[in-house]
Amino acid sequence: MPLTLAEKIIAKASGRDSVTPGEIVTCHVDLAMMHDSAGPRSAGKYLDELGVPVWDLDKLVVITDHYINSDDAEFNAIQTHAQGWVKDHNVKNFIKEQGICHIVLPESGHVKPGQFIVGGDSHSCTGGAFGTFMVGIGATEMAGVLATGEIWVRVPETVRIDVRGALRPGVSAKDIILKLCGEYGIMGFNYQALEYAGTAVDAMSVQERMTLANMAAELGAKAGYCLPDEKTRDQLDAWGATDIDIDTWRSDADAPYKKTITIDGDTLSPQVAAPSSPENAGPVEDHLGTKLDQAYLGACTGAKLDDLRMAAEILKGRKVPAGFKFMVAPSSIPMGEQARAEGILDIIEAAGGQVLPVGCGGCIGLGAARLEENAVGISSTNRNFVGRAGPKSSKLFLGSPYTVAASALKGEIADPREFLGEGA
Amino acid sequence: MKTIEGRAWAYGANIDTDALAPIGSYSGTGDLSVGAGQCLRDLDPNFAKSVVEGDVFVATDNMGIGSSREMAPMFLHTLGIRCVLAHSFARIFYRNCFNIGLPALVCAEAGQIKMGDVIKVDPASGKVTNETQGTTYHASRSQNTSWGSSKPAA
Ligand code: SF4
Repeated sequence: MPLTLAEKIIAKASGRDSVTPGEIVTCHVDLAMMHDSAGPRSAGKYLDELGVPVWDLDKLVVITDHYINSDDAEFNAIQTHAQGWVKDHNVKNFIKEQGICHIVLPESGHVKPGQFIVGGDSHSCTGGAFGTFMVGIGATEMAGVLATGEIWVRVPETVRIDVRGALRPGVSAKDIILKLCGEYGIMGFNYQALEYAGTAVDAMSVQERMTLANMAAELGAKAGYCLPDEKTRDQLDAWGATDIDIDTWRSDADAPYKKTITIDGDTLSPQVAAPSSPENAGPVEDHLGTKLDQAYLGACTGAKLDDLRMAAEILKGRKVPAGFKFMVAPSSIPMGEQARAEGILDIIEAAGGQVLPVGCGGCIGLGAARLEENAVGISSTNRNFVGRAGPKSSKLFLGSPYTVAASALKGEIADPREFLGEGA
Repeated sequence: MKTIEGRAWAYGANIDTDALAPIGSYSGTGDLSVGAGQCLRDLDPNFAKSVVEGDVFVATDNMGIGSSREMAPMFLHTLGIRCVLAHSFARIFYRNCFNIGLPALVCAEAGQIKMGDVIKVDPASGKVTNETQGTTYHASRSQNTSWGSSKPAA
């Protein structure tokens, strides 16, 4: 029976030959990831109430990334508690303040194609970029996984997103996903699995694919994944993963997709999501000239090494207007270090950008990148709901790293293509 | 399960977890009622102040979209909400509701319920009675997976 990759992984995890969308099956979890917000203080607390140990310490990764870089007493209490919890439970894989969990997890060699992974965060679907089935769950659900290593799932229908042609200069994965948000809405693919494929996805770096997988959450999808290839293997290999199998974990030729949606990569323009939902996305042309108070490159979505490289292409040799707030928080420490080594952070600083510590920070309105009252910002993050990145009176636009960098240079929403290629 | 009866707090589509449980509204160190006081502060500051035990939360599409944070249903429950009725739910919120003991029921007619209507829900049979409007609806625990787009076809 032909299966999609999502179905294959669920079948393997549930010990069956095949599964059909709609069926409810119990899966063995290959890997569980939780962070300081939903982890020890929530899921961990429930586990302790049950009075049982973690089912398998080799398969649990705890990462602190949300409530860090602060002298706030409550934040520090959360950190102290998290550290105490991992110690008490003999957690082997504890990664402290190295960057955002969705980046740090694969970066530390834990992720490989074919795994069934759960993460205690809604953007856990990011791991799908590597040909896994990775799904975000709540803390009570995670408590069950911690206790038993199992979780029930309803097998999702798989929708194939076929991005044809080749993306133009200044257009990136973020524009594809914002285009989908604009067209189908934030519940457009509720409960479904998205398979991103096509020539434009094949041509993309693995880090760009992470952006597609990450924002499957903004389409309501349960999981979003890309089919693993040589690039996947090389990237995971560089991050220290072993036994990477890219041949088994692909969709069968006549797999039963619910439908296929095609996007024309050749004609896609940079997209911007207006306040206050990712689904308010449309072409950047609709917002050109909108005055901004700040621009932010950050989060699990938009400050990976490749995102910083894209921004640097635009920023090189240019400057943001005097007094304009432009901030960059690399997605992880290794990526930030690599960006420093490549001269990218120097380009950003020379352009007037301020490099902030790694962590979720501005994405959830914490730290220096928090929007002020009535401020208007643009960021490379994934959500712009009211009250997320600043007070109710603030407004946030979402765009690609290219678009955020171009907008920073003008102090208003700008088309990055103006700074690239012939037009530059 | 016994019948739930209370006033409806009726809102629209896409009530997100940043609205339900604003960042910084909870420390995770104990007292949920402190954070719960911030629930929906940006959408309806009256909600957290006035909701009472037994009330019913009503929304249309995509209730609970956003983060996995369990405080979203926990705050509703802490404030006294005993049932959530909506056209459809975001998946993590939906599972979180059941896990913390808050029935989340799919009700295609939820949009007809007005703020303050007196609502009776029998979670076992799925019968919803709107005492104020004198109407009945049906609610179910099973979610349709194929609503398609929340936006009109482009
Ligand atoms: S950067 Fe933002 S979206 Fe990503 S894990 Fe942190 S809070 Fe969530």
